[in-house]
Amino acid sequence: MTNPQRTVPAPKKVQLMATCLCDAFFDDVAVATVQVLEYLGVEVGFPADQTCCGQPAFNAGDWKASRKVVRHVVDTFKGEDPVVVPSGSCAAMLFHGALLEFENEPDLSEVKQLANRSWELLDYIVNGLGVREWPGSFPHRVSFHRSCHLRGTCSGPAAMNLMKSIDGLELATFGEAEQCCGFGGAFSVSHPNISARMGELKLEHIIAANPEYLVAADMGCLLHLGGIVDKSGIELPRLHVAQVLRDALVSANLLPAA
Amino acid sequence: MPTKTQQDIDRYARDLNPEVYTSVYGGTKATTEKRHDVLFHDYPDPDLLRRTAGEVKQHTLENLDTYLPKAEAALKANGAQVHFAADGDAANRIILEIMKANGAKSMVKSKSMVSEETGLGHFLEDNGMKCLETDLGEFIIQIDHDHPSHIVKPIAHKNRRDIAKSFEREGLGDYNDDPATITRRAREFLRGKYFEADVGLTGANFVSAESGRLAIVTNEGNARFCMAATPIHIGIVGIEKLIPHDRDLALFTSLIGRSGTGQHLTVYTQFINGPRRFGQPDGPEQMHVVFVDNKRTEVLASNCREILRCIRCGACLNVCPVYRQASGHAYRSVYPGPVGAVLSPLLAGTRFPELADLPKASSLCGACNEVCPVNIPIPDLLLRLRDKAKTEHAGRAMKGTPPMGMYGLLASQPHAWRAAMTMGAAMNLTPNAVMNIIPPAAAWNSCRQLPKWRGGKFRHWMKERGKN
Ligand code: SF4
Repeated sequence: MTNPQRTVPAPKKVQLMATCLCDAFFDDVAVATVQVLEYLGVEVGFPADQTCCGQPAFNAGDWKASRKVVRHVVDTFKGEDPVVVPSGSCAAMLFHGALLEFENEPDLSEVKQLANRSWELLDYIVNGLGVREWPGSFPHRVSFHRSCHLRGTCSGPAAMNLMKSIDGLELATFGEAEQCCGFGGAFSVSHPNISARMGELKLEHIIAANPEYLVAADMGCLLHLGGIVDKSGIELPRLHVAQVLRDALVSANLLPAA
Repeated sequence: MPTKTQQDIDRYARDLNPEVYTSVYGGTKATTEKRHDVLFHDYPDPDLLRRTAGEVKQHTLENLDTYLPKAEAALKANGAQVHFAADGDAANRIILEIMKANGAKSMVKSKSMVSEETGLGHFLEDNGMKCLETDLGEFIIQIDHDHPSHIVKPIAHKNRRDIAKSFEREGLGDYNDDPATITRRAREFLRGKYFEADVGLTGANFVSAESGRLAIVTNEGNARFCMAATPIHIGIVGIEKLIPHDRDLALFTSLIGRSGTGQHLTVYTQFINGPRRFGQPDGPEQMHVVFVDNKRTEVLASNCREILRCIRCGACLNVCPVYRQASGHAYRSVYPGPVGAVLSPLLAGTRFPELADLPKASSLCGACNEVCPVNIPIPDLLLRLRDKAKTEHAGRAMKGTPPMGMYGLLASQPHAWRAAMTMGAAMNLTPNAVMNIIPPAAAWNSCRQLPKWRGGKFRHWMKERGKN
């Protein structure tokens, strides 16, 4: 699900959509996103009225409720600046899902305008800004879960290639990598048995690869996989790619340690 | 650990016999890997191929009113008789009439999903006709009084021990679960039946509008036998099976085997465009083609029309993590898996609410779209059907899904949202026992743990650094 209409960012100025999951649970991922973007010389704005992308209701089938939220997003993220999201699924909600549910709505063009400048973080960094190498080191073995909403976009390969360029970082590949982790938003509660088994299967493969960290570019997947890991008492720390990039910068003294 | 659940597919998966799970999981996983190897080995850019095939199909569907009469005219010119059936019952009646008019009593039948859809086999039996399935999988389904659970491998849910037991029960030899023996015994049993039958029925994977040519692909050659030894051939075809030209067959036959079973080409590929002609030594004397609508024009008019591009390769079933966990029978319909989750509720017509829960049984991972040889945006269609279910109050679909009204309100009011973010910290203090009274939270907590609530922290960080 790529964003076919995206316009390449000219001015290095973006609006950050932190996502509701980072707002509620994963503040350090949002912090790392800001630090990484600022290191690249990007000016990061944060519209304080932001809430959520509308995805929970969209996936649950309540498009009426979802459109209400998307209209709020359109209002909050006005202007021409790219909107950057550290989450594949929320980005896809903006540049793909919203277009579906506004197909027959009078304000489709406003939604389109937002869609055309919405980016997943890694896609923005690698394919938007043209960054191909990352300084610093991260001397750890990591497994990268290619979240489903990075499917078909350039984000999956972008994240992998950027991480591979980090000194000391070793990518531990695992079996059935194309399979979903089982989160799926409302699906995780409406179909708890299937969802949990999908997650367990994914974790079996990942654990067999023996990584020190599980890394992804979508906190939805990590909320779910992490939830299973923590419940069963296994040790498997999780990181967002932005946190890996940030830690590499810290290691090279390009950022002060927290 | 089994978890309480309100959705039928989830319950089905939870209670699935572990042996069935093993058969389905093992088979689908292996086929998915084979598909990948073959497709990427053979073509530098298989995605381009998929997209092209999707466009050809979409074009045909959008111009069906031109291509259908074209195919009809071509078939008639070839000497075939053409029938149109508005629904499944009509199709069954047409076929029964053809049999009666020719004094036919028995049919050998090749695998056809549309005949599964119309319930042809049972209909004929009820009307005093014999109807024997000749595809090995379908034959086993028939002797077991079972239903197919996969569109390419109808017995994906069975292992060879199950099959050996069925054969023993039916008097097809002593218990022997060696696959070669099973196949040989089936072949010996079926061979004579082809000669005894009066009518041979097949489906068609593609029909060229240009020549009326039916393309039929199989791996067992049974479709060919159904036509070779019987005087009457009936082809039962969904109207969506048309493609514009003969030359398009190259694209589609290349894709169907590679996508469905990981074969470069299916073992048998036949092109039939009419009955036996003067001077030809064998082949059926009559050929009938029954084009079946059965709600397809309604689907074409809906916002899910892309699903009619489907060439029934089964790749989406194989790659689907939900199908792998639940098996095909969980979908309670002829077409299981991702394609079924879209197609079955649509084909149900006014009985849509009965199957409106199927589109919910997906994490929307998009793997189905990625493998589909005609690039059907299945997740988008699942989403549209979820919206339809909600709008039309199909209660069954909404079971277990948290209501979203409150969320919509909260997420469109920034002040309320910010307050909730900070107050959410109370969740850290809420004992799980209290949380579990709320059903969605209970479903989450039964198998997962929520991380600590840290609402407001990031916003605070942003504000603080703004002051410097
Ligand atoms: S939807 Fe696509 S992948 Fe699934 S069976 Fe049909 S053609 Fe094959």
